Order: sequence, then structure tokens, then C-alpha cells
Amino acid sequence: MFREEAQLQRGTTPTTTTWFARAHIDPPLLAGVLLLCAFGLFVLYSATGQSSARTMSQAVRLGVALVAMITLAQIPPRVYRRWAWVGYALGLALLLVVLVAGVSGKGAQRWVYIGFRFQPSEIMKIAVPMASAAYLYTRSLPPNLMSLVGLVAIILPPVLLIARQPDLGTAILIGASGAIVVLLAGLRLRVIIAIGAVIGAALPLIWQQLRDYQRQRVLTMLDPQSDPLGAGYNIIQSKIAIGSGGLFGKGWTNGTQGQLEYLPERSTDFIFAVIGEEFGLLGVMTLMLLYLFVVGRGLYIASQAPDSFSRLLAGSLTLTFFVYVLVNTAMVTGLLPVVGVPLPLISYGGTSMVTLLGAFGILMSIQTHKRLLPR
Amino acid sequence: MANLQAIRDTVAEQRIFLGRLFVAVIFVLFASGVVVARLTQLQVIEHEHYADLSQGNRIRIEAAPPTRGLILDRNGNVLAQNLPAYQLEMIPEQVDDIDAALDALIDAGLVNGDYRDEIRDRIRRSTSFNPVTLAERLDDAAIAKFARLRPFFRGIDIRARLVRDYPHGDLAAHVIGYVGRLSAQDLDRVDTTNYAGTAQIGKTGIELTYEDVLHGTVGHNEVVTTAEGRAHSYTPRAEPEPGRNVYLTLDLELQRVAESELKGQRGAIVAIDPTNGEILAMASAPTFDPNEFARGMGTNAFAALQADLDRPLFNRAISGRYPPGSTIKPILGYGALVSGRTTATRVTHCEGHFSLPGSTHRYRDWKPEGHGIVDLSEAIAQSCDVYFYELAQDMDIDLMHDFLVQFGLGATLGIEIPGEKAGIVPSRAWKRQSFRRRADQVWFPGETVIASIGQGYMLATPLQLAHATAAIAMRGQRARPHLTLRDEDQLTGATFEYEKSLLPAVGHADEHAWVHIVEAMQDVLRSVRSSAFAAGRGAKYDIAGKSGTAQVFSVAQEVEYDELELDERLKDHALFVAFAPVEAPRIAVAVIIENGSSGSSVAAPIARALTDSWLNR
Repeated sequence: MFREEAQLQRGTTPTTTTWFARAHIDPPLLAGVLLLCAFGLFVLYSATGQSSARTMSQAVRLGVALVAMITLAQIPPRVYRRWAWVGYALGLALLLVVLVAGVSGKGAQRWVYIGFRFQPSEIMKIAVPMASAAYLYTRSLPPNLMSLVGLVAIILPPVLLIARQPDLGTAILIGASGAIVVLLAGLRLRVIIAIGAVIGAALPLIWQQLRDYQRQRVLTMLDPQSDPLGAGYNIIQSKIAIGSGGLFGKGWTNGTQGQLEYLPERSTDFIFAVIGEEFGLLGVMTLMLLYLFVVGRGLYIASQAPDSFSRLLAGSLTLTFFVYVLVNTAMVTGLLPVVGVPLPLISYGGTSMVTLLGAFGILMSIQTHKRLLPR
Repeated sequence: MANLQAIRDTVAEQRIFLGRLFVAVIFVLFASGVVVARLTQLQVIEHEHYADLSQGNRIRIEAAPPTRGLILDRNGNVLAQNLPAYQLEMIPEQVDDIDAALDALIDAGLVNGDYRDEIRDRIRRSTSFNPVTLAERLDDAAIAKFARLRPFFRGIDIRARLVRDYPHGDLAAHVIGYVGRLSAQDLDRVDTTNYAGTAQIGKTGIELTYEDVLHGTVGHNEVVTTAEGRAHSYTPRAEPEPGRNVYLTLDLELQRVAESELKGQRGAIVAIDPTNGEILAMASAPTFDPNEFARGMGTNAFAALQADLDRPLFNRAISGRYPPGSTIKPILGYGALVSGRTTATRVTHCEGHFSLPGSTHRYRDWKPEGHGIVDLSEAIAQSCDVYFYELAQDMDIDLMHDFLVQFGLGATLGIEIPGEKAGIVPSRAWKRQSFRRRADQVWFPGETVIASIGQGYMLATPLQLAHATAAIAMRGQRARPHLTLRDEDQLTGATFEYEKSLLPAVGHADEHAWVHIVEAMQDVLRSVRSSAFAAGRGAKYDIAGKSGTAQVFSVAQEVEYDELELDERLKDHALFVAFAPVEAPRIAVAVIIENGSSGSSVAAPIARALTDSWLNR
């Protein structure tokens, strides 16, 4: 406890520390996030074909998301713990609404219109790990079989609902965020192995449940050249973009793959390829280091958290963030199938930005409310 | 309760958690390592491979169409040229809602609403990544207007292109022809590689016949393209070789006179230089504006042109077949003289009608009261029909045929542009071949009678009449009529002269007979007893000619012929042929005014206007 505070004060002057602490802001996390977002805007201008309008609108969203982050940082973790089930129930209800009366976009029902277009699955990105952590907070750890059943009951319904939209990518990531809570809680190794075996056995069944385009994506990842102008086109073009970038890249706004629109979804899911093309290995390495810094800080906050709810939540949010980065970069470089996951904090898009910075706000809350907690 | 639990488990839980967190850190580092390794593989090890691919991706070889050769008159006046034009194009696959975009463009006045269905049809038929033209030849105002609207029209843009232009509009339209959009049928008959970038191709006239000369050879550009196929920048690889300029025999000034004389009427004029067969003017009325075709005419407009009762697209000068009427009398007179079937002194008493022996059927003279006693010279000058009715009995149809074909009638003359008709010079053999039923194959004496005044089966084109007149002017020497002089390299100016060719001369070269006939034709324009006297008055040169009036509608026996009561389209065609100067001919003209009634009073002054224009310079 004291050791942590001393560490926090070592790098910064006492006055600022006090100010940031009072404002419930974690300076290293804020710095990392702001650097990532600034880099994101810089790249986005190029990736939108030098569209000031779209870059500006993203900057505005970023501003809204930062406000959300600061706001969520003010709320003490115990409030989150007590109200976790409300957010979870609300999200689940909205998912059911989407299923019945959702707005379709690009062949999938993911949106619900409540004053503005809104994707309820975004709520679940925070609500599922929060509800899982809150549930485990009431149970003894490591989780026993009963706890496991309870967790499955929390995690599975939203995952199945989202998979039905169909949005397989998000479903898997939300499932992962819940699973991470379980793993961090100390699920015994033999149970993990058993569950892994069950999932392995279930894979052929899942394959049968997949839609045609979802199967196609998996097959395409295995052999992109099999359909160079169809499903394989994205991967081929993105590999060309990254590979042709070389060590130092072609320069900002000079990437032919991105600027001439050979690269599909260049400002959203495939923006990482634009970075690879225009800034080279140097650029993507810089970006990876920034991500690792943010993830490292998040894991540090988790390790310093005072109770199991905060620990599990902070750990899960941080690792889920890393999984996003991993899945996107692996997809764009052709290591994973195309699952439609944006590159966090960089890709063009609204709701995911708010969700991501909201998660960082909760991390900041966990970090800055410790000494106020009753012991 | 919850807090108690937390206190109870806190040490053990934190230990487990930190253990798990350690595993997570290992996982994060390992996974990041895999991604970095993959990036290194792509960007360092396989960099050159992907750099090549990205280069090949965006560079495409695109055809650079050659500039089409000009068409000029004999003095170098431009008759067909190329002008830069801005056109509005749509790439269908880039447009979300094509109908809405079209409607918006029509509302903005940028696209003609009449062509909406047609444009929609073209979009449906074209491949979605190829541009479809929505509007051609945008003016400055339209370009400015679109510049403001451009952000709202994704996939629609303005492109500069060379478009064929005919600066004199409808002048000589039937000779020059026009270009139109390259169609699927066109692609079957041309080298598709050479036409890869070409949008327009010659459809009729010189534009069609000299397509190979005018078109040129395609070049190639290296084009940097976007994934959507839109050009980003150009680098020339092989310059296109422009088409050659083609010089016509036409004289712009004379052509203008011919067309102004025809204005408002249906008819044709052909003027030839008798010495070499160069066609100085070729006009057909009514006419059309070839620019409408080059700019892309709607199917409705084209259908209207085709449905027009006056047939403006029809080149009467070479495709129009008319009974030559009395214009063939000098030829028959020459034939009768050289074959000894008549003499210069033989006379006939014309009472205004003629009957075959043993028949009561009367063949009327155009002059009901008759011409009195006439010889060959007077019969030509006054156009006495009865003299030729009798002469025909002595010559017979087959001999008449033999002379007429020697002057180029009844067969095509081989003019460069398509559509030339052969016409008909009847004979016994011709009738046997032309009719299926045996009863129809018999030649009747009465048919010989009307053939002597160029009626009945006989048909000739204005071109043939001008050519035959040129043959008379040249005392039997014949040059093949033609429309083109030479072509010229657009860049170096090097020319290639086209060969002129002669046609077989008229046989029985008899100087006395020529003099006699030509003098009779001079009398047509100078004798006070000739109806064409007015047309010849005041000429500064010696002019010879012959009128003709061709019946469109045969008047039944015993019915008074009253021109005024006839429907306009049933009136006689008015014809006149002429050449001048008599001693050293420089121009031969044939004029036909459909339903013009009188050759000497309607067609003759027109012929005179042409000889004046050409000779009084």
C-alpha cells in the first residue's frame, strides 16, 4: 500500500500527484492512452484518404470518450460492484431487443436505435467481466464447480445472443473477457484442461453452426490465394500493404495500397496495414510498444488492487484490451481469420472508442480509490 | 459479509491472482513476440516480394487512342476536326443509388431527362467498373455547376476527351458521313487491339470508307490506378500514331452554292471536273447535321430522322434513282448519228403525239400542239419527244442500251462512299433476266418508245447523269468520278496522292457527231425557242445543257394533265444537266429537284448558278 504510493510519487512532483489523485486520474495510463489516440488521429487522416472531416469527427468522438473516461474514474469500485448486475441486465435486455427489432447493417443485426444508433454488445464488453468479477467477489477463490456454473450462466447468454446477430468476433471477445476473469480467479489447471478438451471436442459442432461467410473466413485464412478477388482479397491486399512498407515505410499519406484504395476497410479494421505500409516495421513496433506500455500499466494496477473484484475486473479489462490488439494485428497480418475486430483506439468508429476509454476510466477508478476504501 | 469474506481470503487470493497475472504477462509478451515476428517476416524478409506486388497492383497499361485525321476540302478547308469536350461520366459500382443520382443530375440540368431510359440501359449493359457517359460536351456553366455539386456525387466525374466536330454543320454531310459510338458490330470488323481506346468510329461516307486512314494506330500509357480502376496519373509508354488527314475533291465554296440552291427542296446536285473526274460538289437535300451523331444522338432522335418522309439520311446524289427523262436525248442523238440510224438533216413532223403502226395508243409530246417540223438539233434544243419516239423505232432498244451504257449509265461508277446504286438501262436481255414470269420477260414495242425519252424502266442516279454529261463534254473521254485527292501525315505533312483512273472511252469517235450534239445542247441555253433560254442568258462562257422532266405518275390516256391538281409528291421531277465552257470544259453538273415540275425553269437556273460560281472566280 505505502510502497505503491511511494512508487507513484517517485517519478512525479508531489503537487501534480495530489492533483491527479484528487481528480482520480492515473497519469501513466492517461499518457499512454493519449499517445495512442494522437497516433491514431495522425494515421486516420491518411487512412481516410486525407479526409479532414472524418478525422475531425473522430477527434470529437475521442473528446466525448475522454469525458466518459474521466467520469467513470470518479465512481468508486464498490459502486460498480454493487450495480454490476443492473448494467448486465440492461445489456442483456437490449441484446434481446436487437434480436427482435434491431437495425441491420452490412448483413448483420447489431444496432438498436435509442435516440442514436447504438450497439448493445459494447455495454457487454464491460458488463460481462464486471458481473463476473462481482459474482466471484461473493464466492471463495479459487472458484469451485458451483461458482463455475454460475459464471457460465453469466457469460454464455450474451455470447450466444451476440453470435446470433451474427457478430462472431465480438461474441468470442466478450466470452474471452469473462473467461479471463475465471482464469485470473485461479481456476485449477485440471479444470482448465478439462474445459479445453470439451471445447476441442465441440469444435466440429461449432463448425456446423457457423454461417457460410464465417466458414469462408476461416478457410480463407488457411489459403488466401484460393479466392484472391473474393474472401481472400482483404488478407492479400493487407499483406501486400504491410510487406511493401519495409523497415521505414513509404511515408505518411504515401502508401499506395491504402491511398489508392486497394486495401479494403483501410480506416477501420485494416488500419494497422496502413501503419505498416506508411511507417514500416519501425512504425508498427512503436505502436506495439505503446500498447504494451498501456497493458503493462493496466496489469500493474490490477496487481495493486485491494480486493478480488477490483483485481479481477482490472485484469480482465486490461487483458481483453490486449486480446483486441492481438486479434486485430494477427488478422491483418494473416495469422487469424478476418473477424471484424477494430484496432483499439486507432480505428475509425464511435461506440468502441467510448467503451475502451470507459474501461480505462474504471481502471483509473480502481487505482485512485484504494486509500478511500474501508479496510 | 462481502467484506468479511474479502478479509478472510485476501492473502491467499492475492497470491493466486499474482501467479495468474504472471502467466498473463508471459502470454502477452509471447503473443506480442509472435506478431512482431510475423511483421518482421512480412516487412523485412519478404519485403521485396510484397513491394513488387504493390507496384504491379497499381500500374496498368492503358490504350491511348490516336487522334483522328482531319477531312479537308480541295483547298484545305477543314470539314471534319476534333475538339476537346468535357463529358460527365459515371462509374456504376461506385454509386450507391444510381436512380437517385440520375434524377438529381437531371434536376440540376446536367443530364438530359429525355435520355434517362437510354442511359439507364447503357449502365445496365456496361461492366460496373467501366465509366458510362451521362452527358457529352458540357459547357462552362455546366462544368462550373457540377464542380459545386461534385462532393455529393460519388462515382461521377468530368473527363476531357476529343470529340469529332463538323465545323460546317450539315454541309456535305452525305459525303463526309459521320462517326458514332463504337458498337459491338463495329468491333467485329476492326482490329480490336487498335481500337482499344477508341470511342468513335466512322459510320457512313468518307468517315466510314477512309476509317483505316483516318483512325491511326493506338499507343499505350502506363496508368497508376486506384483499386476502383480510376486513373490516378499517366505516363506515356508508346505514343499513338495519329490518323492521316484526307483531302477531298470537293470545293467548299461550290458545295455551299449547291446546298443553298437546294435549301427547302428535295433533290440532289453533282458537279464534276470532266477532265479528271474530281467531284467538285455533291449535295443531297434535305440533309442532316452529322454533329448530332458525333455527340451521341438519342435513339428517339435517330428514329425520327429515319422516319422522316423526306429521308434526310438518304444520299440522293448516289443512291437516288430517277427516270433520267429527256437528259438522255443527246446520248441517243449521238448514238443514232454514229450508227447511221439518223442524219443531221433528217426531219420529223411533230403534231404533239405519236402512235405505233397498227395502234391507236397515243404517246404524247410534252407540248400538246407539237413542235412542227424539227431536225435532230432542234429536237434536242426544244426537247421534242415525237422526234425521239420515231428515232427509237429505227434504233431499237438494244442499240439504245449499248450507247447509254457506254456513257456510264446502268452500272456503278465505283465512287468511294457506300450506297452507290447502278440504276437501270433496259434492254431485251435485261428484261429476260429481271422478270421471273415468262409473260413478263417479253419486250414490247411501246417500251422502246418511252425509253427514248428516259421513262419507263430506265433509272439513273444524279452521279451517273453528271458523269455522262462530263463524257459528252470530253467528247467521249471518261474519267472515274471520285471524291478524294490524297492523304497527309498529320505530323510531317508528307502526302500520298491517290491514283486517278480512266474509264473506257465512248466508241465510234466521230468529231462531227460530237460537234453536232454539243451545239444542239448549247442551243438549249441560247435558243429563244428553248424553254431553258432564260437560264443561259448572260453567261460569260459557252454553256451547253439539257433539261429533263421525269414523270413520277403516269397520266392515264385521254385525261387532261393538270399539274396544279396533282399532289405535291406526284409532280414531275425536274432535271437539268450542263457543262461549261464548251471548248475547254471545266465543270459538268447534274441537278435533280424532286417534284420540281420543270427541268428548264427549276433545275436549269440551279445548274447555271454552279457553273457561274466555278467559272466566274
